[in-house]
Amino acid sequence: MIRSSRFLPHPLLSLTLFIVWLLLVNSLSAGSMLLALVLAVLVPMFSHRFWPDHPRIHRPLQLMAYGLRLLRDIGIANLHVARLILRSPARLRPAFIHMSLDLRDDTAITLLASTVSLTPGTVSADISLDRRTLLIHVLDVDDPDALIADIKQRYEAPLKEIFE
Amino acid sequence: MIETVIEFLVALFLLIGAAFAFVGSLGLARLPDFYMRLHGPTKATTLGVGGMILGSVLYFSTRGDGLSLHELLVSLFLFITAPVSAHMLAKAALHLRVRIVERTRGNPDV
Repeated sequence: MIRSSRFLPHPLLSLTLFIVWLLLVNSLSAGSMLLALVLAVLVPMFSHRFWPDHPRIHRPLQLMAYGLRLLRDIGIANLHVARLILRSPARLRPAFIHMSLDLRDDTAITLLASTVSLTPGTVSADISLDRRTLLIHVLDVDDPDALIADIKQRYEAPLKEIFE
Repeated sequence: MIETVIEFLVALFLLIGAAFAFVGSLGLARLPDFYMRLHGPTKATTLGVGGMILGSVLYFSTRGDGLSLHELLVSLFLFITAPVSAHMLAKAALHLRVRIVERTRGNPDV
């Protein structure tokens, strides 16, 4: 786990800013690296009041593996949804399903909800006030319980390990 | 020779991207209710933009000005913003009790 200090209150944010800046200017010259470094230190320093909690990432490597798998799943979900749209829409079986959440960490819940929206033909529509239930809309589903079990096992379990 | 191959690949990525963007928009027009229409822009179009971005990375990286990767930021920002905007749209629709197709199973009340 990366520790935060007074100089770098949000090391992950700093790292992200550094990389995003270098990608934005599209160059690796010494000048843009220096500017990226200055921004990576200054922006979190001046904005730290907006970031009350530190996301605690216990397994950074697993988070990367999760990201890679997510990219692959997004590709598959794209093909899947494209096929559903091209088929006759009258044959689709849409449903609202409620999924009880085992996650408690806000960052983890946000990631799970975003994952659900990006992948298997589902969109996360709402979350209950106590943050225990996620309302999901599915474009075409045969067995809602199987879908919930799949999301839990495929996405929620790894997120729980990474963040909690 | 190699230039022709690259041009061919760039064109291929652009066509794949355009095809998926088209299917996503087609979803907006064809699907019967608001919630189902949300699925078009959150999914089919990510691959649409992804294909065009790959074409752009390939094109600008092979022109001798070095690697061009800032296009990747477009997909990064898209992955962050698409689910959030879809979530807010769905929330607003729930609040307004937008009409849903009758065969939809389950109820949307949290």
